[in-house]
Amino acid sequence: MNKLVKLFITSISAITLALVSYTSSFAKVDGEYIVLGSAISLTGKYSSNGVHTQNGYNMAVDRINKMGGVEVQGKKYKFEIIYYDDESNPKRAAQLAERLIKQDGVHYMLGPYSSGLTKAIAPVTEKYKIPMVEANGASRSLFTKGYKYLFAVLSPANQYLEVAIDLAVEKNGGKPVRIAQAFEQDAFSQDVRLGILDAAKRTGSEIIIDDKLPKELNDMAATLAKVKATKPDVLVVSGHTKGALTAIRQISEMKVDVPMLAMTHCDAAKLSKQHGKNSEYALCASQWHKNLSYKDKFFGGGKKYDKDFKKEFGYAPPYQSAESSAALLVFKDAFERANSFDRDAVRDALKDTDMQTFYGNIKFGPGGQNVAKPMILFQVRCKGDTCENKVVAPTKWASDKFYHPIPKWSERS
Amino acid sequence: MVQASLDGILLGILFALIAYGMALQWGVMNIINIAQGDLVILGGYIAYTMYLAGIHPAWGVIVSPIIMYFVGWTLYKLVINKVVDRDLFISILATFGIAIVFQQLMNFVFGADVVVAQSEYGTTMLFDNSVTLPNSKIFAAFISVIYAIGLVVYMRRSRLGRAIRATAQNARAAKILGVDTEKVYAATFGINAALCGIAGALISITLTLHPYVGLPYTVRSFMIVIVAGLGNLPAVALSGMGLGLFEEFADYILGTEFRIGAVFMLLVFILVYRRFKLSKKREYLK
Repeated sequence: MNKLVKLFITSISAITLALVSYTSSFAKVDGEYIVLGSAISLTGKYSSNGVHTQNGYNMAVDRINKMGGVEVQGKKYKFEIIYYDDESNPKRAAQLAERLIKQDGVHYMLGPYSSGLTKAIAPVTEKYKIPMVEANGASRSLFTKGYKYLFAVLSPANQYLEVAIDLAVEKNGGKPVRIAQAFEQDAFSQDVRLGILDAAKRTGSEIIIDDKLPKELNDMAATLAKVKATKPDVLVVSGHTKGALTAIRQISEMKVDVPMLAMTHCDAAKLSKQHGKNSEYALCASQWHKNLSYKDKFFGGGKKYDKDFKKEFGYAPPYQSAESSAALLVFKDAFERANSFDRDAVRDALKDTDMQTFYGNIKFGPGGQNVAKPMILFQVRCKGDTCENKVVAPTKWASDKFYHPIPKWSERS
Repeated sequence: MVQASLDGILLGILFALIAYGMALQWGVMNIINIAQGDLVILGGYIAYTMYLAGIHPAWGVIVSPIIMYFVGWTLYKLVINKVVDRDLFISILATFGIAIVFQQLMNFVFGADVVVAQSEYGTTMLFDNSVTLPNSKIFAAFISVIYAIGLVVYMRRSRLGRAIRATAQNARAAKILGVDTEKVYAATFGINAALCGIAGALISITLTLHPYVGLPYTVRSFMIVIVAGLGNLPAVALSGMGLGLFEEFADYILGTEFRIGAVFMLLVFILVYRRFKLSKKREYLK
């Protein structure tokens, strides 16, 4: 028995050693490969969005490699990504980032999923001066720390629902509105809240309910009871997928009538599918939608990306996948403009990025956030029992008219 | 106000059901089950799976406890029987481990997405629509009460029930008198898991499911049991409703951000109070 255990341990350590020496033979550029590294949540609470992110990365790597790869100093290179599972744990993510950089010799990083994990990794990449293009950390605080090596292709969190308030004011005949809001107590949702506060100040609107939802949120009946009593013009809710699902369930059960309901994470929560008609008229912020008319030569447009992605992975791409694919396009563009593998040259090239991808225009502001792409709003609309997300703002891409005010529950079939 | 009270009471009855399972196995086996909440969530996922298969999730309150009974029984045979007469600390560690394993397994099988099952039960409106009660919550409270009464009768009348009560009072004496305590333990753990299964099925139609939301349910049931004491069902039911009310009012008055915080504060307060009371008692014994 003891011998067996010893043999087992020895063989495991031998395999581990072999693996470690194998991976560390990679470097920033290995033969014809440019090696990127990413810690990604394949297990734990972010695993579904982690997989969406990974699929987005992989899809873009395949596409770029197939279409000729990256040309630097006259030579063609291909992308390759080393992934580690961060178990949805910020501490683990930071450790893995160190490991990617120090052991695996990675010189360019792709971001993890979620603002929290990106926040954990950013100090590490900054310390080693490793350029990181991330696609899933929208928290405003990522862009106010003066990071020089962090670039985000997505719009920052505070922009998510600002447009919704403007829309509400517009529908109110330009007069200020009364806002009720409930946000989860996490970095992302609180940034969305800051955006609403800005918008309220700008439009002179009044915030009459300002609740913070706990992370273990599964019941917001008390908030909704207040909403029923005070009758605001807009109800804003943001608490990731759990918040979106809980809100719709309880709003429909308690028959809460509000003229406008604005949320985040509707598509990640598959709101229109899980709640069907009860979710109709909900207004949702999104980074991307397939109907947008942006184009690039790798994926064509949004609709083509949607089709190709479905073919490859068997489901429609959520925006988390689309923005992840865009991150690779940004890297390719930067390498080619830098025409070098020098980290600082690549970083400078990233800084000067100004391009259009199928996902949207990308141009980085001083903090590293993407300033060229507006958020879009869609509204859940139902025909019979099938509900779909229809883009309603900005008007340039709207496929449907924004339906306002939401009919009262007593008038809904 | 009425709205918050009714919401609180309905929710409290559901908590009480979970807490009763915890009180039962705590009393009989002297085990604090940290995995209690995760058993609840697993029960919820069973109902959700039925819902996906096109069966109405309310049937989960029958199917889920049956499956969960066997889950509990197997869990006892695999892990719990090794820690049952050991230190309380060991059992907490063991069940904590089980909780983590369950979370990861549920994440693996059902994915990390938040899910809900639709009961389509509609809403009861009172006082000219100013108070609304989701029928699913009324249904949940009703089922909880039915099961709780059934369990009390079963514990009083049946052979196994008597054996369980005997073991709770004095395991050694029960053993001498011919009670197969091993079997009683397995059954108790199974019954506890079954209760969690019912509660889970009810949660799937009233609240939301997610592999990682088990812990708040464990904490709530732990607290209810501490307040009510072991093996006292009316007290468990009352303290369950009390907690539900307390939560809703804390939410309504202090704001949602203090809801869970208020629960923990109450827990600390109760523990300190009990200690204070006990030390007073001890003075008499001197």
